[in-house]
Amino acid sequence: MPRAVRKQIITELPNPCLRNSADRGYSIMKRIYVNEKWCLGCHLCEYECAFANSGMTDMVKALKGKTIHPKIRVEDGGDVHFAVNCRHCTEAICVKSCIAGALSKDDDGMVRIDKDKCVGCYTCVLVCPFGAIMPSADGHAAQKCMLCLDNLCGEPNCVKHCPNNAIVYEER
Amino acid sequence: MDMYIQPDYEVVRNTDRCIACRVCERQCANLVHSYDPDTGKMKADSSLCVNCHRCVCLCPTHALKIVKTDDTYKINANWSNQTINEVYRQANTGGVLLSSMGNPKEYPVYWDKMLVNASQVTNPPIDPLREPMETQLWLGKRSAPVERDEKGRLKNTLAPQLKLKVPILFSAMSYGSISYNAHESLARAAQELGTYYNTGEGGLHKDFYKYGANTIVQVASGRFGVHKDYLETAAAIEIKMGQGAKPGIGGHLPGAKISADVSETRMIPQGVDAISPAPHHDIYSIEDLRQLVYSLKEATDYKKPVFVKIAAVHNCAAIASGIARSGADVIAIDGFRGGTGAAPTRIRDNVGIPIELALAQVDERLRAEGIRDDVSIVVGGSIRSSADVVKAIALGADACYIGTAALLALGCHLCRSCHAGKCNWGIATQRPDLVKRLNPDIGYKRLVNLVTAWNHEIQEMMGGMGINSVEALRGNRLMLRGVGLTDTELSVLGIKYAGQSV
Repeated sequence: MPRAVRKQIITELPNPCLRNSADRGYSIMKRIYVNEKWCLGCHLCEYECAFANSGMTDMVKALKGKTIHPKIRVEDGGDVHFAVNCRHCTEAICVKSCIAGALSKDDDGMVRIDKDKCVGCYTCVLVCPFGAIMPSADGHAAQKCMLCLDNLCGEPNCVKHCPNNAIVYEER
Repeated sequence: MDMYIQPDYEVVRNTDRCIACRVCERQCANLVHSYDPDTGKMKADSSLCVNCHRCVCLCPTHALKIVKTDDTYKINANWSNQTINEVYRQANTGGVLLSSMGNPKEYPVYWDKMLVNASQVTNPPIDPLREPMETQLWLGKRSAPVERDEKGRLKNTLAPQLKLKVPILFSAMSYGSISYNAHESLARAAQELGTYYNTGEGGLHKDFYKYGANTIVQVASGRFGVHKDYLETAAAIEIKMGQGAKPGIGGHLPGAKISADVSETRMIPQGVDAISPAPHHDIYSIEDLRQLVYSLKEATDYKKPVFVKIAAVHNCAAIASGIARSGADVIAIDGFRGGTGAAPTRIRDNVGIPIELALAQVDERLRAEGIRDDVSIVVGGSIRSSADVVKAIALGADACYIGTAALLALGCHLCRSCHAGKCNWGIATQRPDLVKRLNPDIGYKRLVNLVTAWNHEIQEMMGGMGINSVEALRGNRLMLRGVGLTDTELSVLGIKYAGQSV
């Protein structure tokens, strides 16, 4: 899909990911899940994440010669690989721990971070049981997966580009 | 690596586009790619590359391509680079050359020299979107004696039939030669499509018994994995006498591919080469074949059709006539371009005949002898598209086996290195880290898509001919015309030249 069309979908049309979530309660929101069984450890998702959040339309320009700071990380150990990003916990301990009110749980169940409010204390980084929140590249604030609703993609780019359906975006 | 032999293909990296994400390195089982931390750049060793295109497909910035090398020996029409390299290779190893997948040599492809008819004016074409167009068919013996019970009602004396919703089945590919996930993809696709897949000679994994209604089990010369439940679970049983890629020899599965699971399924020791004998040691005549056909029928209560699969060879018409008289329900013929997981190169490239010619001759012989209805004919050995299926049916086949095309749908890029057991696409390998690259949820869907698309195209082509069922197209050679063929070729195929009227 051309980027202009994607942008239009994101900015002008209702967010498909938040449909009906109010009456369903956010515990059954669409989330990113990782099927460890199918994860190949190729790390493509990390690069697709970094690209999605770069604000650029050319992957080479966005990532060439740069150290990436993706919000999804593939953990490898021998033959076991799986990608980890924010689980959007129903009882999100990061939200409770935030001293600045930067982390919040919105009506659809997604855990959001407001970078302007974040003071960079990294308490959330410490308490997250999944290691899914990390310092951002600038070192002044935390960053976490916002399901690509905070960038031009509008749908999780890691899911879209996973070659083996190891990362899925679905209600469970 | 042999110092005499230079790589056939070169990995070319566009360094302007490479972001050194190392996906290529992680995805290459042949260890072609590596990262140099000193320069921060990726490197590639082309001598290890098998040209499977895994890295090219997964590279997120499209920085890779594989090109045919322009390095060459002095040009020689008689001694090609490949021929010379094969001599070097054998001089180095003293071994038989091994190859995989189908014969890649430039032999004539008769499918491409036959054209299909269409209706104009005097008989209208049929629009398959608006009118019924039947691609469903049955395989099995159709000649049945007419018998009536005491009340005069017809008795059902018809031999067991196999119902197919599409005129396409998946060829025999054993568990061992291909992976668990490839088998699962084939089984699930066959179930959804209302057709059949074939276990090959490697037995049936215990997890796949649930797909039995869509499974054809094979009994080959090695008898791997053959037991009572195996036969009873299946929809049909196939006796494998030969394979198009290697007529006259048995299968050879390298020990490296015989994992614990494969060993259990095949009922053979782990890690030891599985070598099928060239002949069935109990079959030296049609009479012997008849004994095996009826042993299998007896064992399964005469409820299942029995296939006999042969390679397309010079005398296949006479052999097929014998098979039809042996009590078999279906004859499967495999052409010399059929695929394999491993075969001696010389045999793959030089033994057997094209399936088009074999099919035409077998159908003609069986008709001439009045026994065509005693058997169905299924052909395989490089059926590449729906057009090949249509032409095969018009030449006299009931249905087609597809193997290579099915593997392509699963991601195979025909690198022809199956025998190495390091398939980067998770198909022809048993290495767990590689097998998991083929997610059957994706794989089966792609197979279903492929066959569904072909079926639509078959319907369109039949409609154009004014034919509304595959049964009416079968053996309808007037629908075919040859181009660029000699008189002998036309007479073997039993078709007229383009422009000749009825």
